[in-house]
Amino acid sequence: MKRVVITGAGTINSLGHSVPDTFEAMREGRCGISELEFRDVERLSIQIGGQVRGFEAEGRFNRQQMSLYDRFTQFTLTAAKEAIDQSGIEFHGELAARSGVVLGTAGGGVSTWDDNYRSVYEDGKNRVHPFVVPKLMNNAAASHVSMEHNLKGPSFTVSTACASSNHAMALAFQMVRSGAAPAMLTGGSESMLCFGGVKAWEGLRVMSKDACRPFSANRNGMVQGEGAGIFVFEEYDRARARGADILCEVVGFAMSSDATDIVMPSKQGAARAMSGALADARLDADQVGYINAHGTGTAANDKTECAAVADVFGPHADDLMISSTKSMHGHLIGGTGAVELLACIMALRDGVIAPTIGYEEPDPECALDVVPNDAREAKVAVALSNAFAFGGLNAVLALKKV
Amino acid sequence: MSITDRVIAIIAEQAVLEPSDVTPESTLEDLGIDSLGLVESIFAIEEEFDISVPFNANEPEASDFDISNVAAIITGIEKLVSEKV
Repeated sequence: MKRVVITGAGTINSLGHSVPDTFEAMREGRCGISELEFRDVERLSIQIGGQVRGFEAEGRFNRQQMSLYDRFTQFTLTAAKEAIDQSGIEFHGELAARSGVVLGTAGGGVSTWDDNYRSVYEDGKNRVHPFVVPKLMNNAAASHVSMEHNLKGPSFTVSTACASSNHAMALAFQMVRSGAAPAMLTGGSESMLCFGGVKAWEGLRVMSKDACRPFSANRNGMVQGEGAGIFVFEEYDRARARGADILCEVVGFAMSSDATDIVMPSKQGAARAMSGALADARLDADQVGYINAHGTGTAANDKTECAAVADVFGPHADDLMISSTKSMHGHLIGGTGAVELLACIMALRDGVIAPTIGYEEPDPECALDVVPNDAREAKVAVALSNAFAFGGLNAVLALKKV
Repeated sequence: MSITDRVIAIIAEQAVLEPSDVTPESTLEDLGIDSLGLVESIFAIEEEFDISVPFNANEPEASDFDISNVAAIITGIEKLVSEKV
């Protein structure tokens, strides 16, 4: 089995348009959630979100590209470029032939669906742009990354709702670890902040109208975000040989299915994913210093997740830190695990733990060290990143300082 | 049909029961309606009466809308219907 390291990271989200900007915002505990701005927003009962501001596709992409790139693809390509530039990896020859792209997204080109449904249903038009299908398809982003960066190996998209990115990164990890691919681009992207995308979530009545306050007793729901996180996963010896800057090592993962309910989370399913990731990484529970929580800010998730952590870690649950950065960037749905992996990298590499902001009242059912409101300096050797999706599909990654 | 009968019909349909089996004293739990069923019932009630019910599944106790039993739900709906412009 090969060792797998992360040699490049890129992102765009409501906290920043790059990894350094996002780290800075996380260190400062800044909130990227604000009033949503898009057509028909006044018809929504939920009007806040972690929207990416100041991102203009014009100038960044040419006319032909714009007709093919939904916003989720634009985010992906922007983050992928940052990751590859930072990594210094160049894909050609044998490396290009065997390396691929595995990305996560829940909705794919949601705003392309939305715009074109509006056009044919509301505006009564009877014709749509010829590229609607290649623009909205869930694999569009992965395909454009493969084309842009000459990745000719295994490429596809994983869609498991809120765990999409973690499932994608777990698969990319497996491919590099098994030797099937020397390097993989992986992560995920989401862009659901349009009228239809928010209206659908509204229906569930689990959204907050004012703020995302994970683990706080007065939490009242989740807040959507948007953006992308993309990483270069690379075989360790190869990364060392070319003198790459290694951000951290990916040491294990596990996936589990609750097999119980389509929306209510299960403590057992979450616990099996966390303990499975530790077993896969051959780690003891007490080596874990930080967990980036799924931490959605709903009543159901946060207490279930904390109970699962208590079960898996026993007394050590009181010693480790667990925070939810969704309080800052919102819930990026299928892209969320990718942006949240950045908080794990920051913990391992910089020794800075991103806080759970908006924390106001302790909840006895979430009685863990949730790093309330202010970032903290701490040496962490091992971190976990949790993602628990609707449908009861869970994926947890284990990362280690190098 | 009165508001009471219409609300009971919606709740009965959700619970897969006859309307006669749904009494004002019944709680949603008695009727076997879980949190998802409740959200669906509220949606059906909003559609039936063209109203908006202030209900957040994260804090059912915190909203103004009382769901402790069928009678409380009917009272809440009557109030919202009467406030409708």
